[in-house]
Amino acid sequence: MKFRGNVWKFGDNIDTDAIIPARCLTTSDPEALACHCMEDIDSEFTNKIGRGDIIVAGENFGCGSSREHAPIAIKAAGIACVVAKSFARIFYRNAFNMGLPIFESADLWDRVSEGQQIEVDGDSGGVVIIGADTPPLVIEPIPPFMQGLLRDGGLMRHIALKRRT
Amino acid sequence: MGMTITEKILRDHTDLKEIHPGMLINAKVDVALGNDITAPIAIEEFRKAGGDRVFDTSRVILVPDHFTPNKDIDSAMQCKVLRDFAREQDLKHCFEVGTVGIEHALLPEQGLVLPGDLVIGADSHTCTYGALGAFATGVGSTDLAAAMLTGEAWFKVPETMKVVLHGSLKRWVSGKDLILYIIGRIGVDGARYKAMEFTGEVVARLGMADRLTMANMVIEAGAKNGIFVPDEITKTYVQGRATRNWQLYDSDPDAVYGSTLEIDVSGIEPQIAFPHLPSNTRGVSEAGDIRIDQVVIGSCTNGRIEDLRIAAGILKGRKAAPYVRLIVIPATPQVYRMALREGLIEIFLDAGAAVSTPTCGPCLGGHMGVLAKGERAVSTTNRNFVGRMGHKESEVYLASPAVAAASAVLARIAGPDALEAS
Repeated sequence: MKFRGNVWKFGDNIDTDAIIPARCLTTSDPEALACHCMEDIDSEFTNKIGRGDIIVAGENFGCGSSREHAPIAIKAAGIACVVAKSFARIFYRNAFNMGLPIFESADLWDRVSEGQQIEVDGDSGGVVIIGADTPPLVIEPIPPFMQGLLRDGGLMRHIALKRRT
Repeated sequence: MGMTITEKILRDHTDLKEIHPGMLINAKVDVALGNDITAPIAIEEFRKAGGDRVFDTSRVILVPDHFTPNKDIDSAMQCKVLRDFAREQDLKHCFEVGTVGIEHALLPEQGLVLPGDLVIGADSHTCTYGALGAFATGVGSTDLAAAMLTGEAWFKVPETMKVVLHGSLKRWVSGKDLILYIIGRIGVDGARYKAMEFTGEVVARLGMADRLTMANMVIEAGAKNGIFVPDEITKTYVQGRATRNWQLYDSDPDAVYGSTLEIDVSGIEPQIAFPHLPSNTRGVSEAGDIRIDQVVIGSCTNGRIEDLRIAAGILKGRKAAPYVRLIVIPATPQVYRMALREGLIEIFLDAGAAVSTPTCGPCLGGHMGVLAKGERAVSTTNRNFVGRMGHKESEVYLASPAVAAASAVLARIAGPDALEAS
């Protein structure tokens, strides 16, 4: 599981209303949600980003509501993965359940600047800032149970596979 | 080794003899809840996984409360998804406009969530039911889909933060002020992934409405669940409502806590959470001169009859100030009816309030009180994030019903003491 893309930086406590405002929740269509991703923080966000880009955030990313529309909007906007210092717990489980790769890194946020390119290696557990001569930064290993969810393609496929056996 | 109430409830919903914080477990759920925003995705996922019948037609509960009565065609389509699914699956509890209330006020009131239960809800404020001595936590739509299919959910057993409240409460200080104060102390991630267990002599005297308000907002500190060990107040509340058997749990004297927070509440005054985080709190006397455009009294946090009584007590014989829009939303039809019988609705109307049928509406900027650019609201709701109640340049100040009512009259953020002195 490797991702290489440009970094978009956000601070601490990015809440789910910031990721996708509640006024947009009259639909669960991923494309429709993607258009409004992060719009109350940065109205140009979805125009600026490229497919495969990476969000790097501070503490408690995704705090607030349980809306799965938040990881759906991020994924549908073309973001490959999110690396944060920490995640709010409902966002954390939603991301694994629906298949948005997320990683925790204590150091990346302070070392990387917006616009730099990074490579996140979920298998080896490291992040490399392209063009910087710093050694790879550590990302927290994904617990085996969550790895299983990602491997099976999310919680529902995981359950369907289990029910079949 | 001793166990906390949270650990015991989780253990008894598995086949395991012992569990400890950090363990990943699969547990049986007593109730799985969804609303008009989250259930449509869950229903789609349920079908995509080949779901045919839900695990139990009386334990999957659908409450279309967010954008209802439907505010537009898209929200009407979402509610239709719930309605069609409820009919197809013969769900025993799918509430329709007229009987629907705000989910976290409605389910305890109707005796559908009970002490000792393990409840998941695709709504972050599902943690409210911890007030009854249940383990209740918010999850996403896919978790709800899985639970509808299997009757189970996965959890990491949380460590518990013990919150001990000593002292005595000043006049006008409520459960809302206590939880805002605690969030202000520990921050919006101060209890991330943890259980918050409230105890101490102050808690023993708190009524169920205040406990529900406190448990409701533990998510605003990042907690997985909030919980109160059941007592006589719990039993009195549950008796006569319960739709099935329930079980009372407590924490062992030698239970192991990850941390303990001791607070003397005696000096706490009514609290305001300033924009744009629930942790941005200060006492109402330190608010300064902040002019407001709207007041909302209601929501899963503070839309119960006790809340409306407090607000009406302050508004009686008074009027909301000119150009202040006062919106009162009883959280359930039963609360509405009680308020009507007790004469509260008339007091609100005399004060110039708009009284609405139950809905989450303005809390999330959905409808029934959306803010324009630059406007400010005092609200008894639970979140004040950027754009939460409308325009991204609007502001929400979180407070208790008493402070909200007083602020409506004075057109600025103020507590009842300031109103009486004016």
